[in-house]
Amino acid sequence: MAKKQINPTRMELTRLKRKLVTARRGHKLLKDKRDELMRQFLDLVRENKTLREKVEAGIHAANKNFVMARAGMSDEVLNVALMAPSQEVYLEASAKNVMSVEIPVFEYRTRSADANNVYSYGFAFTSGDLDDSVKSLAEVLPDLLRLAEVEKSCQLMAVEIEKTRRRVNALEHVMIPEVEENIKYITMKLDENERSTQIRLMKVKDMMLEDAHHYKEHQDAMPV
Amino acid sequence: MYRVAVIGDRDSIYGYAALGLDTFPVTEHAQAVKKLRELAEGEYAVIYITEALAAELEEEVDQYRSSRLPAIILIPGVSGNTGMGIANVKKSVEQAVGSDIIFGGN
Repeated sequence: MAKKQINPTRMELTRLKRKLVTARRGHKLLKDKRDELMRQFLDLVRENKTLREKVEAGIHAANKNFVMARAGMSDEVLNVALMAPSQEVYLEASAKNVMSVEIPVFEYRTRSADANNVYSYGFAFTSGDLDDSVKSLAEVLPDLLRLAEVEKSCQLMAVEIEKTRRRVNALEHVMIPEVEENIKYITMKLDENERSTQIRLMKVKDMMLEDAHHYKEHQDAMPV
Repeated sequence: MYRVAVIGDRDSIYGYAALGLDTFPVTEHAQAVKKLRELAEGEYAVIYITEALAAELEEEVDQYRSSRLPAIILIPGVSGNTGMGIANVKKSVEQAVGSDIIFGGN
């Protein structure tokens, strides 16, 4: 790993220590966030799966009916029958905050409260298959809207989880070890400096004593 | 107040008009791209798109994955279920978890 040049000073050491504390706390928080997001995501995605299977089966059945209806009627009659729908769907979209992910919440309202008011045509010129198909599709609609909500939430949460996971990993495997290593380097360097200062002082003291008392000369003068 | 749109080939989507959803039949690729963008920037919170069309417009659809609105949701068309909708859910799981743990690897 390419190491950055750092100054082995006390100030840098304090700074790094503070940085390490922040990094550790951030790491812990992000890890908790990731775990909680993951838990909620898994619940949601399971719901998404069952809903989707249900909706797809429903649409499949409706489509079968539509093919039948189309076969029994001319294009013009069909177009006219569905040209002016008597029902309209409005959505109220608000947001729910789940671990700082804004997920959408849809509330839908229809123009008329009567759920059976989906037949926008008189029954005289259309085949009964069309009634069946419109009815089967109308039954799927609530699930279809719920699916939109759940699936979008899943997508948004997946993006957020991926981001959080990257951050956790970056802190855990890059940032924290690097800071720890730097702290170790500075501590060693400072200790080393201190030792060398100590030795130098001892040496100087020796020299000064030598100057004052001339130990060496006395030693030399002594008879062997 | 938002609306709901359905986009795809005409045969697959005309039924949704009866429910009060706005249907936009498209046939050409360029037209579909334009329509999808127009709808996404418009007043539509949910856009249902047939799997067949979504397969053609994959880039466009993926673009809206990370934005809060609109929700672009795949539905099977009249030609049958291609499994692309469920594959999209699987993609989310893989993105979040790193590997597919919900669908048993099929």
